[in-house]
Amino acid sequence: MSKSASAAASIVFALVAVLMAASAGSAQQPAAKPVGANAPLGLGRVALPDEIKAWDTDVRFDGAGLPKGKGTVKQGDQLYQERCAACHGEFGEGAGRWPVLAGGHGTLKADRPDKTIGSFWPYLSTVFDYMGRAMPYGNARSLTPDEIYALTAYLLQMNDIVKDENFELSDKNFMSIRMPNAGGFLEDDRESSEKEFWNRKPCMTNCKPPQKVIGRAISIDVTPDSKSGPKVD
Amino acid sequence: MSTMAPDRKLDRRGFLGAAGLAGAATALSGRALAASDKREPDPLILETQDSSRYLGEGVDKRPYGKPSPYESHVVRRDVSWLTASAESSVNFTPLHELEGIITPSGLCFERHHAGIADIKPADHRLMIHGLVEKPLVFTMSDIKRMPRSSRVYFLECAANSGMEWRGAQLNGCQFTHGMVHNVMYTGVTLKTLLDEAGLKPSAKWLMLEGADASGMNRSLPLDKALKDVMLAFAMNGEALRPEQGYPLRAVIPGWEGNLWVKWLRRIEVGDRPWQTREETSKYTDLLADGRSRRFTYVMDAKSVVTNPSPQAPLRQKGRNVLSGIAWSGRGSVTRVDVSFDGGRNWHTARIDGPVLDKSLTRFYVDFDWNGQELMIQSRAIDSTGYVQPAKAELRKVRGVNSIYHNNGIQTWLVRPNGDTENVEIG
Repeated sequence: MSKSASAAASIVFALVAVLMAASAGSAQQPAAKPVGANAPLGLGRVALPDEIKAWDTDVRFDGAGLPKGKGTVKQGDQLYQERCAACHGEFGEGAGRWPVLAGGHGTLKADRPDKTIGSFWPYLSTVFDYMGRAMPYGNARSLTPDEIYALTAYLLQMNDIVKDENFELSDKNFMSIRMPNAGGFLEDDRESSEKEFWNRKPCMTNCKPPQKVIGRAISIDVTPDSKSGPKVD
Repeated sequence: MSTMAPDRKLDRRGFLGAAGLAGAATALSGRALAASDKREPDPLILETQDSSRYLGEGVDKRPYGKPSPYESHVVRRDVSWLTASAESSVNFTPLHELEGIITPSGLCFERHHAGIADIKPADHRLMIHGLVEKPLVFTMSDIKRMPRSSRVYFLECAANSGMEWRGAQLNGCQFTHGMVHNVMYTGVTLKTLLDEAGLKPSAKWLMLEGADASGMNRSLPLDKALKDVMLAFAMNGEALRPEQGYPLRAVIPGWEGNLWVKWLRRIEVGDRPWQTREETSKYTDLLADGRSRRFTYVMDAKSVVTNPSPQAPLRQKGRNVLSGIAWSGRGSVTRVDVSFDGGRNWHTARIDGPVLDKSLTRFYVDFDWNGQELMIQSRAIDSTGYVQPAKAELRKVRGVNSIYHNNGIQTWLVRPNGDTENVEIG
């Protein structure tokens, strides 16, 4: 037997051994098998009560999720001047382009509406929820429930929704506050109120008289100069 | 085009035709050919260029490829006066530089409320709790072991074109329409995860929350969640970009971008909407009568001509390509019409490439320009029969203080010198 013939023979023996082992395996359990679309996943693990408590800090419009706590307008005023006024202004008027928090009552039909907490926001819970998750800007989730109650109380006073600076807001009286614009919202009604935009036969020729330019973006001149765009490395 | 007056400059077609050159193409490029006859031979052709002689960079130089340096102007841009800080702001997709329907990942507009969260994928957790049989925590490794699929969807910010309600304001389709992008997402269906946790019969709404420093949270109706919502970990074939929510984001097909919570860490199942800041004080549409529409999730059919546009003016008479994109949150784009005269006369555009549900769709009109002023518009029609309205029609029902959901027809004025600008016409 030549050297190469002997090598070929030993390869054949090895292959036979592998095939036998494989068929022995398939008689019991395949190493892998495809599963159907509805096969159970069995992935993930149960969330522990402490984990849920750590993240489940949201407050819903109906008061669900409000933590125990309290704070007065006066306390809120002090906190506000320390942690909020730099951006939102001493009186909630907003420094620069930072959000205005107060005023604007009765402006929603005006040419330039002023949408503030007092003039626009439908639910007080939103103030609480948002402050707790996102404020102060750059140091989020640093306020305690008592501090959020106090700041919320101060914002109510800033918006003339409560008048007394000794007013104390708490989880007990929170839901008694009604926001001025609570009734100012309707559900999306585009498919009925804008029905005319559907299934019309769009005009193709001589649809209107010759058109004239009545407004130009360049006369406002607020577009960033293309040379001022960010650089790429 | 039938609506354009004939141009004397194009009368050379008779002469060139007699010279034995072929019909239509000759006529269109007549001037260029006539001029080049008198030119010296092009040295770029006669002389050997460096690129043809010397070696370029090897395969070890660009492990992650970048665009050509000659394309360095193709970038997202922001409008600094729009917002108080860059961390809670937006930048815009350079639509006028893009082709086809897929937006390159690095050019997808960004909108953050507290900057780009930096999250190690191994440290990321997704919790599902509330009205479920079994509250669960998933790791990214768990999610990548679930059945996955890939889908192309547009994402449009509800405030796209929001600066244009009162009239033409920003001079460029990047700024007027650039809060949209179109990406192929890979991920798992939200239904897969909700089924694993087991929904209680009272479940009707979800609240999605991000792991960024704004804790971005929005309420999502359960019907939509079970229908087609995905949790994506990849975009355009690779992991999500950090600014697009790495390692995990929500994909809410056809609905406003604000719902597509990035850096998604928590889903609470409830029976009522939460009324979060982003669905009350923001992303509600103030009407002229002082009331506001809320939960206006679907993005109406919309289109824009990307070329020509103010940042991509017309530079040649004769043959040109008008290019644009159209999309609808209610289905697919079935037709796009284009006007050269401010909506007096319309021509149906040629739709090119894939036409997908809730995806950008590309359209073209190949045209001849004689050098006279144009007022270019486009009008999209979708599979539900919705016809994109004129701005005046939209203002009639929505007023001018809506901020959000401005899908009115855009007008670009092309002047005789080719300069193109954003105008309001009437």
